[in-house]
Amino acid sequence: MAEKTTILNLPEDELVHPGNRACAGCGLSIIYRIGLKALGRDTILVVPPSCLTVLQGLYPIAATQLPCLNVTFASTAAAATGILGAMRARKNTSTNVAAWAGDGGTSDIGLQALSGACERGEDFIFICYDNEAYMNTGIQRSGTTPQGVLTTTTPISGKKQRKKDVPAVIAAHNIPYVATASASYPLDLYDKILKAKTLSGPKYIHVHTPCPSGWGFNARYSVKIGRLAVESGLFDLYEKENRQFQLSGPSKRLLSKQRRPVSEYLETQTRFRSFSDAQTAAIQQEVDEKWETYRKEAECGII
Amino acid sequence: MTKKNYACRISRSEPGPGDGGRTGSWRVLRPVIDLEKCIPAKRNKPACFTCWLYCPDGVITRTIPPTIDYEYCKGCEICAEECPVDAITMVEETVFLKEEK
Amino acid sequence: MHVIESGNVAAANGVKLSRVQVVAAYPITPQTPLTEKLSEFVDGGEMEAEYIPVESEHSALAVCIAASSAGARAFTATSANGLLYMNEQLHWAAGARLPIVMCVVNRGIGAPWTVWNDHQDAVSQRDTGWIQLYACDHQQIIDTVIKAYAIAETVSIPVMVCYDGYLLSHTYMPFKPPESNQVDEFLPRFSPEFPLNPEQPCNLNTVTLSDIRPDVHGDTAPGYMEIRHNLHTDLREALGVIQQVEDNFHQTFGRGGHPFLEPYRCEDANYIAVCLGSLSYHLRDVVDVLREAGIAIGVCGLRVYRPFPDAAVREYFKSVKGLIIFEKALSYGYEGALFADIKAAMYACTPRPFIHNYILGLGGREIQTHQLKEALYRSCTTEVAPEDMPQWLGLKLQT
Repeated sequence: MAEKTTILNLPEDELVHPGNRACAGCGLSIIYRIGLKALGRDTILVVPPSCLTVLQGLYPIAATQLPCLNVTFASTAAAATGILGAMRARKNTSTNVAAWAGDGGTSDIGLQALSGACERGEDFIFICYDNEAYMNTGIQRSGTTPQGVLTTTTPISGKKQRKKDVPAVIAAHNIPYVATASASYPLDLYDKILKAKTLSGPKYIHVHTPCPSGWGFNARYSVKIGRLAVESGLFDLYEKENRQFQLSGPSKRLLSKQRRPVSEYLETQTRFRSFSDAQTAAIQQEVDEKWETYRKEAECGII
Repeated sequence: MTKKNYACRISRSEPGPGDGGRTGSWRVLRPVIDLEKCIPAKRNKPACFTCWLYCPDGVITRTIPPTIDYEYCKGCEICAEECPVDAITMVEETVFLKEEK
Repeated sequence: MHVIESGNVAAANGVKLSRVQVVAAYPITPQTPLTEKLSEFVDGGEMEAEYIPVESEHSALAVCIAASSAGARAFTATSANGLLYMNEQLHWAAGARLPIVMCVVNRGIGAPWTVWNDHQDAVSQRDTGWIQLYACDHQQIIDTVIKAYAIAETVSIPVMVCYDGYLLSHTYMPFKPPESNQVDEFLPRFSPEFPLNPEQPCNLNTVTLSDIRPDVHGDTAPGYMEIRHNLHTDLREALGVIQQVEDNFHQTFGRGGHPFLEPYRCEDANYIAVCLGSLSYHLRDVVDVLREAGIAIGVCGLRVYRPFPDAAVREYFKSVKGLIIFEKALSYGYEGALFADIKAAMYACTPRPFIHNYILGLGGREIQTHQLKEALYRSCTTEVAPEDMPQWLGLKLQT
């Protein structure tokens, strides 16, 4: 098993220029900066309309030091496919192709193309940064917005529907690698991207991405809040490699450690402000049940 | 079509800083590192660098001591929050404006 | 050596001879046999290309856009609703200045569903910034695909090669596939200026402001409007390139020579019938009959619809008494699109010929020779008020 990367052996090369238009304290900025270190310079990126489009820069200045193709909203995975086709035609087997899409561009409008690309076995890394709404257009609900959350299109009673379990949908395509990660655990994300690079075929990484502007908290707490999501057992860090499921580091520890109450996470963000005690209790119960299942599976050696 | 001709016929951006201008102007509070508390500064060897890891804009250098590029630091305060020894304090930007005057 | 094959197979051979490197494939009637033939070529080792079976037409053109941006010669084909599904990508490919070639096997658009031929699909996309060429028989199909790459890669603008669904795609005709080594000389390998390349990183087609702005070197970079203006001016200049490519092709292969308009018995004509696609060949029979009846009439097929060859149109048509435009499409709520374009082109001429417009063949409605003859005879011998255009030919029930 590869050694875990630490801060001290993380590459120093910065592949993103500062002075870009991301919000102060943007969770995506953290994962993008660290994620590109993992991908390395021999990479071509594909980016649909999303916060990253803006972070990347408006013409003619690019914040990224890697070649990047901006594409239409629904076509991220198809565009990545096209680049791979061209690479093969030009006998280039080394350049990585990595798609970076938001939750909307991955699991709503982008899902069809992603499903097709997974079915075809395309050799790319698809990173979904999940800030749980259409943030770039101003905080509208998406398929991955959790139930009850206030957004500009669910402004009073909150989202009625549940959060779409995108990693599970992608995992059902039986691709070599599906993982979840978080902006608050950038070294874990870094190692997961490194692992993805060693595998052939589609690799999917779903990254929980705190968003101060959209979730309603002081930017200072971006990392802390992302950590709370994991420590409360709401968002789980895991890998599914060749159908073998494994919880990662901070989530794995929760099998034997006390979880933080979900209320601690929910009360940090104004997007949850319409939650009643009953709603919070319901979420706590769901999380408890999920972890009870994990615990039993761990006992049986399934995970 | 010549190289120069084609380049201005498409939207083709080249890498460079400051697409959003001098994003340091977004700041209300400025992070200041207390070198007496800062771990790599105190030990005078590579250590910690948590602020460098988490800075969303990559404006903190991985040096001894770490330095902050105030041209682009947006004042998000993540470095101050995450520093394990509370070596970073957020100071009103107006203090520095007065000083610069 | 001549072969006898379908229009779709002619197109597939054109793609193979053009040494396309990436094919994005999605089936849709009546294009499907083209896509199938290409898969045969690639799977059988006759063609060295990446054959990518995408999950939608929108993705098909996405694959081509990305592959072309990364330096590969790319191709896809579609019809009707498939073309419309990729509409935003059409605009994208043109604005991104990518030399993609796409065959559009013309078919009517839903609703209601139809699988049969008309031109609404391509004609409705005339404003996307693509070069739009029409082929009238199988020889033209295979030749035009090859020419299309030469044009596209010279001007960096995508090209649509249109041919009639079923009437050409599924019928069998003799044609002569050009020799591979001659095609290689005519059409060199694709070598773009700025393929996506980690050694020369750049960010393509990001948000572009309305106004001009300094770039990283301190030079002034264009705004959105300048970039789009360049597309338009380059499209107009492409008329010259289309002529050049036609001349080169004619020199190399001994065929062609009519880049914009393909005339038949127009030299001494008082009246000229005009249309897109294979209908122009059908009209030749009608022209012969009417000539025998003493009407000095000719027919002219338009080979290039966009960029619109207005100068050639004025040159050919300025001295005739009347033009009769037959169209298998229209701009709903007004009149035939080709009719409007020709009227606009002829506006500056004094005197102007009368211009009539017949809408026909929608959803594959059969076009009968006698209907064409009667319509032309009426137009040439009766005064019809301009307000009565367009006329509809072949409607069967009063609606």
